[in-house]
Amino acid sequence: MSKRIDVNDLNVYYGDFLAVEGIDMVIEARSVTALIGPSGCGKSTFLRTLNRMHEVIPKAYVTGKAVMDGQDLYGPGVDPVEVRRQVGMVFQRPNPFPTMSIADNVLAGVRLNNRRISKSDAADLVERSLTGANLWNEVKDRLNLPGSSLSGGQQQRLCIARAIAVEPQVLLMDEPCSALDPISTLAIEELISELKNDYTIVIVTHNMQQAARVSDRTGFFNIAGTGKPGHLIEMDDTTTMFSTPSEKSTEDYISGRFG
Amino acid sequence: MTVTTPPVPVRTTRKLPKWAPVAVLAVSLLLALGIQFLGDGPTIAGVFFIGAILFAILMTVTSRVVEGERWAKDRLATTLVTFAFIIALIPLVSLLWIVVGDGLTRFSWDFLTTDMTGIFGQMVEGGAFHAIIGTVYVTGIASIIAIPLGIFTAIYLVEYGRGPLSRGITVLVDVMTGIPSIVAGLFAFTLFLVIFGPAYKAAVIGGVALAVLMTPVVVRSVEEMLRLVPNELREASYALGVPKWLTIVKVVLRTAIAGITTGVMIAIARVIGETAPLLLTVGIATGVNWDAFDGRIATLPVFVYRQYAQGGASADRAWAGALTLILIVMLLNLIARLVSRYFSPKGVR
Ligand SMILES: Nc1ncnc2c1ncn2[C@@H]1O[C@H](COP(=O)(O)OP(=O)(O)O)[C@@H](O)[C@H]1O
Ligand SMILES: [Mg+2]
Repeated sequence: MSKRIDVNDLNVYYGDFLAVEGIDMVIEARSVTALIGPSGCGKSTFLRTLNRMHEVIPKAYVTGKAVMDGQDLYGPGVDPVEVRRQVGMVFQRPNPFPTMSIADNVLAGVRLNNRRISKSDAADLVERSLTGANLWNEVKDRLNLPGSSLSGGQQQRLCIARAIAVEPQVLLMDEPCSALDPISTLAIEELISELKNDYTIVIVTHNMQQAARVSDRTGFFNIAGTGKPGHLIEMDDTTTMFSTPSEKSTEDYISGRFG
Repeated sequence: MTVTTPPVPVRTTRKLPKWAPVAVLAVSLLLALGIQFLGDGPTIAGVFFIGAILFAILMTVTSRVVEGERWAKDRLATTLVTFAFIIALIPLVSLLWIVVGDGLTRFSWDFLTTDMTGIFGQMVEGGAFHAIIGTVYVTGIASIIAIPLGIFTAIYLVEYGRGPLSRGITVLVDVMTGIPSIVAGLFAFTLFLVIFGPAYKAAVIGGVALAVLMTPVVVRSVEEMLRLVPNELREASYALGVPKWLTIVKVVLRTAIAGITTGVMIAIARVIGETAPLLLTVGIATGVNWDAFDGRIATLPVFVYRQYAQGGASADRAWAGALTLILIVMLLNLIARLVSRYFSPKGVR
């Protein structure tokens, strides 16, 4: 239950502004791909094109191709809603639905889509997803409390449980730990290592150690200057990237000499 | 190891005793009374007005002398804010006082359940049942038209609207908010005149007139509520593969429902007391008219207006009618509060 994505010469525009240019990238199945780079170089922008979330922003569009197991994500007749069911997303700030309980938040993908589900199936799904997100033991006695009653780290894991409850192929995470304390961060990193057995994971992070710890492959984005488009400078196995990168700018960035 | 002493708190307690403001107030009022005796003799309003000014001065000066400058400023600010609050409360309380006082003369179960058929001259019987029904009809029709229209317009503006069309609608809504109610009445009157001819009178015409007044209020308040829903929730929903329309219905509207209910109730309260357009479009009747699509119908505001104009025993009915109207508005408010309490997000940190 995971798929590989081939990105080919992808450009992302916000209206007239070219934000990301000429991305060629292979995202391997059942692995963690980390995207690093200075702020504003288009990591979030690129990540959001992988499940067509960029279309939510008025005037944003892409050119190029992103092919998931033979199917072009932007192809004619491809429904963005269908793409998002296969490519889930976790955001920078935890965003559980404030009107829903913990259990209902996990079931949101089912309930919001008006799909019928029996009581026992629902209970199973809640337990399975929360266990998958390492949250079950902490919340199993208070499933009916509102999701917003949890701590920030728990809320983020709740959001991960909500994302994996719809059983996507790919999970995109945009700086999922940047709003969390070190202990919650560790919990999420452990979770990511477990999730990669079942999912293809792409994670954006500003934390080098995190990229080194959790990812199998790392891509470095950079930008020549404000107003210029972001580029993928290089991409390789994480160990190679962190020991012997082929580009000077990658080495500078990773060793903290700029950015 | 040195033991650090806790820092000395900057704030010291007020030096003036708790009863000091009360004493100063008493002195101020007595002084004001005395000053008035020097003039044309005291009036209640005069005593309170001059007393208030004296209090503000005396309190500040006393505090300046005893407590110091910063406390004096605090006392002055507290005094001014309290006075502003009391002044704002005066019209509200006196209005309620008068309406309840005068309204209770005739207000009774009988008043709520009888109409004006066969009542004339100085008879004290009769009631507003027909007018209550009429108000429910007319406001109900207005709500049936204005609430969905307003909510859908707001959804369009917030979730779909881009470019000139949405800007145009926003301007139109703003302009409509300022339409005088009599103009709305004339509009509805002429509209039905053109379609059904001059003889046609019905509750539905009044409903349309009120809907014209109500729609912009609904649009505005719902729009505001929808804009308050964080974009993150919409994105969270899209990312789960939920289509846009379901996201709007089940996330956006659901999150904003408490505020929307309040806004809608305010819009209803805004039009339920409208008199001019109803005078023009539905007129008045003495008995209950159960047919919203045929014939004149009495409404509470017009009932109050007519009864008050007749004077004598009828004026008491006008006050009772006014009280009924206020009670209905309060009831609506109560319902709105219950609904929004029921729907509002629970357990927010
Ligand atoms: N909604 C938007 N509309 C217009 N420009 C945007 C929008 N979001 C991001 N951008 C621009 O795209 C560029 C890349 O931003 P982003 O993808 O957020 O960078 P990163 O996530 O790497 O920090 C920036 O120049 C930013 O100003
Ligand atoms: Mg970003």
